[in-house]
Amino acid sequence: MITRRNFLKKTVLGLAGAALPLAALEIVDHKKLLASVAAEKGAVRWVFLVDTYKCVGCGLCVKACKLENEVPYDASVTRTWVERYVVIRDGNVYADTPKGARDGFTTTKIDLNSAGFKDVKNKDIEQAFFVPKLCNQCDNPPCVQVCPVGATYQTADGVVLVDRAWCIGCGYCIMGCPYGVRFFHPVYHVAEKCNFCYHRITKGLKTACVSACPFGSRLLGNIRDPHDPVTKIIMTQRVAVLKEEYGTKPQVFYIGLSKEVK
Amino acid sequence: MKNHVLRPLFVIIGIVVLILLARLVYVPKDFGIGTRGYMYGWHRAANEEEWKAFKVKYLGREYCKDCHSDKYASIMKTPHRIIECENCHGPANDATSDHPSEQRLKLTIDKTREQCLRCHFPLPYPTSGRSKIRSIDPEKHNPDSECTSCHNPHNSMEGLK
Repeated sequence: MITRRNFLKKTVLGLAGAALPLAALEIVDHKKLLASVAAEKGAVRWVFLVDTYKCVGCGLCVKACKLENEVPYDASVTRTWVERYVVIRDGNVYADTPKGARDGFTTTKIDLNSAGFKDVKNKDIEQAFFVPKLCNQCDNPPCVQVCPVGATYQTADGVVLVDRAWCIGCGYCIMGCPYGVRFFHPVYHVAEKCNFCYHRITKGLKTACVSACPFGSRLLGNIRDPHDPVTKIIMTQRVAVLKEEYGTKPQVFYIGLSKEVK
Repeated sequence: MKNHVLRPLFVIIGIVVLILLARLVYVPKDFGIGTRGYMYGWHRAANEEEWKAFKVKYLGREYCKDCHSDKYASIMKTPHRIIECENCHGPANDATSDHPSEQRLKLTIDKTREQCLRCHFPLPYPTSGRSKIRSIDPEKHNPDSECTSCHNPHNSMEGLK
């Protein structure tokens, strides 16, 4: 005999069973899952790795970058540069990057701009090192958010590009970048920035700075490829990024970064 | 509704239609959100191809080694093997050089003391690889001559010329 209680119970059970989709019973295949993520996000996401211990401040990367990317050689703008940090025993930190280190560092005198030159004696140096800088190709690029016309954008493989035909030269992106990597191109009068040598990396070449670096201080990698040597270093070693607290998710990773580096 | 209310409304609608028409003509067909969505991907798709078509100027030592096999073999035996040819000789595919189709070598060769001093100026910085490179004091070490008049950069281990 069907009681009212039994009838309600079976109705609820039947409805619940019918609502359960067949897909919920399928066993998840991790390879398929990874492939679907790759298909959605793309198989390539370019990242950069800088080893500050290896950098000797020769500046050959800056020279190569300027010539490769047609950045006017003698103008005081550059897509990449190398900073020198000298920490002396009394705790003071001096930093300079004369001409963006285009000609390297061939003097012990530190260029402090309007404050003149500071000659630090070698015996006073506690720590001294070089830090190459370039565009961080952030995952949350603030420079792209502020562009009012859609002239700067991020590609599927993570590189932030500037459309020279579309840029109106308002300069918001130059202000918006917390790393100061953007500048006005003196010839084209539009925003200009490092784009990981997009014309080279999409052809399977290394960036101009990576191939010019004699010491292997600069490396380019694909973070979506688990077998990429750069990915392995980022995943297994102690690396740091610049200005993490800004939430920009920068994709240039540094080995041997120190608190003095801003 | 009264005419004096409707008339300005028609004017405004007309202006909006004009703006939309102008936009239809002016904005390229391939302008869209791309793969990164409205916040990061709002762009003209053809620009990606424009950047990919940018001219490659540095071709790497693999490009040099067939014609200049003697120099290549020589430098590969020395610590200078880590330096790309084009770091001193300039980019092979530069607009001004057009190497090697011109008969004469048109590449610039940077033989200046400053080029060598990029690495060989003494900066014994304790936490940088720079301190491990052999160096000279440029003010005392033959200040008036080019480095290459005594040293062979392609064969730096074999002593002076």
